[in-house]
Amino acid sequence: MKQLLILSGKGGTGKTTVAGAIIRLAQVLACADCDVDAPNLHLILNHEGDGERKDYFGLPKAFIDQNACTMCGRCSEMCRFNAVDVGERTAINGFACEGCGLCEAICPENAIEMQAVAAGDLRLFKDEEKGVFSTAQLRMGNGTSGLLVTQVKNQLKNAAAHLGFAVIDGSPGIGCPVIASLSGADMVLVVTEPSMSGFSDMERILDTAKGLRADTAVCVNKADLNPKITEKIKIRCEERNVPYVGEIPYDPIAVKAVNDGLTVADVKCPAGDAVRDIFHNVMEVFDGRRRV
Amino acid sequence: MNIAVLSGKGGTGKTMVSVNLATVAGPSVYIDCDVEEPNGHLYLRPEDVEREAVDVLVPKSDPDKCDGCMRCVEFCRFNALAYTLDRLTVFTEMCHSCGGCKVICPKDAITEYPRTIGYVESGKSDNVKIHTGIMNIGEVAGIPIINRLLEKIPESGNVFIDCPPGSSCSVMESIKDADFCVLVSEPTVFGAHNLNMVTELVTVFGKPFGVILNKDIEGERNPSEEYCIENNLKILGRIPFDKELGLLSSEAVIAARENPKFRNLFTEIFNNIREAAL
Amino acid sequence: MKIAVPVINDSDNPEIAQQLGRAPFYMVYDTEAKTSEKIVNPAQDSPSGAGVKAAQTIVNTGSAVLLTIRCGDKAYEVLNGAGVKVMEAFVGSAMDNINAYEEGKMSELETIHSGHHGKGA
Repeated sequence: MKQLLILSGKGGTGKTTVAGAIIRLAQVLACADCDVDAPNLHLILNHEGDGERKDYFGLPKAFIDQNACTMCGRCSEMCRFNAVDVGERTAINGFACEGCGLCEAICPENAIEMQAVAAGDLRLFKDEEKGVFSTAQLRMGNGTSGLLVTQVKNQLKNAAAHLGFAVIDGSPGIGCPVIASLSGADMVLVVTEPSMSGFSDMERILDTAKGLRADTAVCVNKADLNPKITEKIKIRCEERNVPYVGEIPYDPIAVKAVNDGLTVADVKCPAGDAVRDIFHNVMEVFDGRRRV
Repeated sequence: MNIAVLSGKGGTGKTMVSVNLATVAGPSVYIDCDVEEPNGHLYLRPEDVEREAVDVLVPKSDPDKCDGCMRCVEFCRFNALAYTLDRLTVFTEMCHSCGGCKVICPKDAITEYPRTIGYVESGKSDNVKIHTGIMNIGEVAGIPIINRLLEKIPESGNVFIDCPPGSSCSVMESIKDADFCVLVSEPTVFGAHNLNMVTELVTVFGKPFGVILNKDIEGERNPSEEYCIENNLKILGRIPFDKELGLLSSEAVIAARENPKFRNLFTEIFNNIREAAL
Repeated sequence: MKIAVPVINDSDNPEIAQQLGRAPFYMVYDTEAKTSEKIVNPAQDSPSGAGVKAAQTIVNTGSAVLLTIRCGDKAYEVLNGAGVKVMEAFVGSAMDNINAYEEGKMSELETIHSGHHGKGA
């Protein structure tokens, strides 16, 4: 299964909006949302129902057996994360606990056990017409991790093994979840915006993707909001030998379309036209890599 | 009063709002807790900057005492340790500084030493004091830097805490000392969805809060506004979508300093915040 | 000598896995006995540090060579530190890769990618 991954670096550049439009234009039947901290793709894809849900387990957290606890306070003394409160009972603050396991190891009464805690929900949607959609939502207070992103992609691969082409809405940032989403990606489209943060995040994403040998192209969203920085981005891409596949103007019609649950490819608007061009350019750049 | 500024996701205008509020509310303090991608300093351009390192403790092993039992490697849940060819390798950037390996080692072979994971830079710009947290690339934990930043909060005065995006443990740490939370939203279904998530967070922590509707387009439906109305949330202000504001912000210029129109807008919002916090 | 290969399942002739740290199994092939065993990768469920744990697992098998498509910088540090040679594999079956190595057709892996741990565990 060939994968097109959409990344942004900085949040809010329009990555999910562009991903949704490409899915519509290419009539893609296999999609995944790897932005597990704040997934939004489902709001455009509009699959029915809740899908098949599965727990995601991150690092375990400490749990105290109150019957065995003698309130000696040693766990609280040793905990570097201030995650143990000794009051009327010894209580673990689940948000602060980092799952290191030291308290479990040192409790003289063996009253503490590290237990798996569901840190998120994986969901899989399968529809005759719309195809397969894999997504996940991290629960409040947990860090994102490459593991959950990997599970979202594996879920897709297992359910859609018969399909030839998938679009993956990637994670923002440049950290571990992005690395995980880059793994196995055949082509990467970076959606950036013309601002100083957008520019610098784009550089870091390109560096990351290069290290993972993923072919990358760049487009600029809301390009007319700062033509000077847009030009800077274009020049930088040329310097780096990265294909610059197009620009999308800021478009209030596009905003309205998305708010109405449509993609910008469903409505006649300047942004929709621009994404159409970008999509053709992306396919041209990666010609021969997509099985129809 | 300590005001934390949050958003469900990056890109809604959280930093733009924070720096403009800090400017109109001067004298004030601005604290940038988004230690992975701090941007406030780009707008505020602090002067007389002093820098302090933020250290955490990491382990090293004395090869004379170590007998290769590998209990520490087994214990470390973050997989920061490896033992090959009679030598313990410590991946310090993966280490959470829990101190467990030192306690576990039956031979007392492990000691800890401080390692810098980032910095706090402190400076000023006109009547705004600025503290910026910067985490070194590749580090696993920004929380110690956030804790150092929060130590800079003065006893009194207007303090604006620019938080990381999302709803992770870093965000929770950042709002710990907040008296009031300002949630910045954008007028899209994505924005409303993310607003929902961050509303849950501040509610669980019992923080009073209000919402700013950013990039609002007149005459167009605003899903975040609809969410606020449906859930009876306090709307602190509306920042219209404005090309000039967008341009200035993309260049990291503080709009309230450039144009009286924006100075008035943010002053009004700040007054609404003060009223709502009472 | 033993050769390790990350594989996607524990069948008799499995395909090589694209990921190293989160491959479900490692196949360890004994070149003299011409037999192989498959071990479960304990790192695949690690929220962080999968590369390090995977590399430690491979080192513990006593393998002298690892054939892999990708390798992160931390895994590489552990493997290299233990004297394990890391060779550049290709998409295909594990045995195809092992044969290519034995015929001297493989070169050392050049591109080691960084595994940023920016966001908390």
